[in-house]
Amino acid sequence: MSDALRDQVRAFILENYLFTSDTKALGVDDSLLGRGIVDSTGMLEIIFFIEEQLGVKVKDEEMIPENLDSVNRITAFVESRRKAA
Amino acid sequence: MCGIAGLHFDDASRMADAGMLKRMIRAISHRGPDGDGQHLEPGVALGHARLSIIDLGGGAQPIHNEDRTIWITYNGEVFNYVELRKMLEERGHKFYTHTDTEVIVHLYEELGDRFVEELNGQFAFAIWDRPRRRLVLARDRAGILPLFYAPVPGGIAFASEAKAILASGLVKAELDPDALDELMTFWAPLAPRTMFRGIQQLPPGHLAVLEDGRMSSRPYWQWHFPANGAHRRGVRKDLETEMRGILADATEIRLRADVPVGAYLSGGLDSSSLVALLKERVPDTLQTFSIGFDDPRLDESAHQRTVADYLKTVHNHVQCSLGDIAKVFPRTILHGEMPVLRTAPAPMQLLSGLVRRSDVKVVLTGEGADEVLGGYDIFKESKVRQFWARNPRSTWRPALLKRLYPYLDITSAGSAAYLQEFFGIGLDRPEDPLFSHLPRWATTAQCKLFWSDGLRSRVTGSATERLRAALPAEMSGWHPFNRGEYLEARTLLPSYLLSAQGDRMLMASSVEGRFPFLDHRLIGFANGIHPDYKMHVLREKHILKEAMRDRLPGSIAARHKQPYRAPDAAAFMGPQAPEYVSELMGAKAISGYGYFDPDKVSRLVAKLGRSKVSNARDNMAFVGILSTQLWHAQFVDGHRFD
Repeated sequence: MSDALRDQVRAFILENYLFTSDTKALGVDDSLLGRGIVDSTGMLEIIFFIEEQLGVKVKDEEMIPENLDSVNRITAFVESRRKAA
Repeated sequence: MCGIAGLHFDDASRMADAGMLKRMIRAISHRGPDGDGQHLEPGVALGHARLSIIDLGGGAQPIHNEDRTIWITYNGEVFNYVELRKMLEERGHKFYTHTDTEVIVHLYEELGDRFVEELNGQFAFAIWDRPRRRLVLARDRAGILPLFYAPVPGGIAFASEAKAILASGLVKAELDPDALDELMTFWAPLAPRTMFRGIQQLPPGHLAVLEDGRMSSRPYWQWHFPANGAHRRGVRKDLETEMRGILADATEIRLRADVPVGAYLSGGLDSSSLVALLKERVPDTLQTFSIGFDDPRLDESAHQRTVADYLKTVHNHVQCSLGDIAKVFPRTILHGEMPVLRTAPAPMQLLSGLVRRSDVKVVLTGEGADEVLGGYDIFKESKVRQFWARNPRSTWRPALLKRLYPYLDITSAGSAAYLQEFFGIGLDRPEDPLFSHLPRWATTAQCKLFWSDGLRSRVTGSATERLRAALPAEMSGWHPFNRGEYLEARTLLPSYLLSAQGDRMLMASSVEGRFPFLDHRLIGFANGIHPDYKMHVLREKHILKEAMRDRLPGSIAARHKQPYRAPDAAAFMGPQAPEYVSELMGAKAISGYGYFDPDKVSRLVAKLGRSKVSNARDNMAFVGILSTQLWHAQFVDGHRFD
């Protein structure tokens, strides 16, 4: 898994949902839903981020926690889609 | 409506400072610009700012009984005063005015503390009973009108708004951290708590007596529901006719005034129903008032126009822009006396201003219908969650929630797993009395992410657990739907909708609101019938829709409820934002006031400035932080944003 991509994803979540740059505030496997970090409209922002800043289109059926619910899952999802492209 | 203020001292010989009382009244002169009055005697001082509605020439207050031993300062309207006066006159009472105020004095003489149970209306008042040396404070059942009090050296001060108590100079403005905790959970501090440490509010439906240096308070009326299974059932058509009859009479008696009465018209079912009933009772000159927004997702102008044309009212409209909200927002907080998480009260202030400019002093509004007749989506949401809780592993049961929130972006999340996470909270405890409201409160509480460590350390206990401890024991025996209604009527209705967004925004323009749906006879009827008459499957306010179907345009009767919302953070962004926004949201002011973390707040502001989409939590947090800063600036620092 790319460290640079993971750091970019983590920085985005920290900045936009936890309003901090302190990396200790978010573990890479922490559940974004379980910790109440994102709400329903918050998910929309993550999808915007993935599509616009990471260049990966997210299909409706891919908007599931298995792909999007932690820094590591988002990173893995984006990497797999980039490889498939 | 009016404003009241006063002082009561333990020392029966102590005279109040007339100048102090004058200052208190002046602080709430917007509630009563038509005149003011005072009554001072050893031990007590009563003050009044008058908005003349009934007996324009003869109603100066404070008012007294025949031998001037019982005095009242009173804010409100008792709509059944005509009938009560007749009864009192038959029993020998002599009146010197034609007001509803005087009726209360004599009713108190006649019935003692039971008198308040006979009043049908909206009121907050203080009665001074000299022979018994007791002060009686009372507030209407639903909490339409406010009444604050505070211990002061040697006695208490009371008033319609906290700012009058602060004007006495006897109480210093200081934020109660637990009140902010409640506000960032329920949207408002719950009575008796207020935002001000040391200032309390009399809860709705309560009577307080100050006697022998002690204050005791008791409820004379409460929201109550039958035990589950003991609801009234009947033929639907009969119940609809009965309900319409009660609502029609509640509307009729609320026309009693010596000044013109108009109506708010949102374009929804509730206000449209009222206007339809009003048109059957008043001539062609009925004036209606509505507000529109530039954002088409929030704007209801087309529906308002449909109803106004159909019912042939003289319609008045005010359009509200983002700039308008930002401009009036400091005044919104000054009048509301609490931070808010949505800007929705600000346009209500513009709307009451339109009423006043049209030379109308009294408006009827549809507020209360959603609580009384089961209109809110949170009731539907709870019904679906209860249904889901019976089979928590079902994926299609929670999918029903998507039908409820077309205006949220919930469908974009696309997955039952997300619904599970947002609305599944408490699913394992469907009998929890707080069940219906746990998702909403959990979402709101996310605003607390921005608290400073200092504020966090000063908050004691948990807002939800405090509420849980104060719930009536019989609630566990109520139908789950009724439990949700009760929570709404106990929390959001009096603490926010009727106050920061209701009375205060009306009174900011010296306009009186009247609320037929909150007539206690209608509440009693609606609470007694089975919830299915109100929410039929997932059809909200079913009984009202059916009862009014023949009197409204078809498109209005069939409308899904659109919650009243105004633009939030967007109103304060961009180059046109007023200077106070950057000042109060800057690191210096945030650190200086000490409630929030300046680093997190600056990141929030930056995010909202650059984001293409904004989420509900960020919007609520921004408006909550800005309004808390405005609250502090105006009440603690004494700053004015004119």
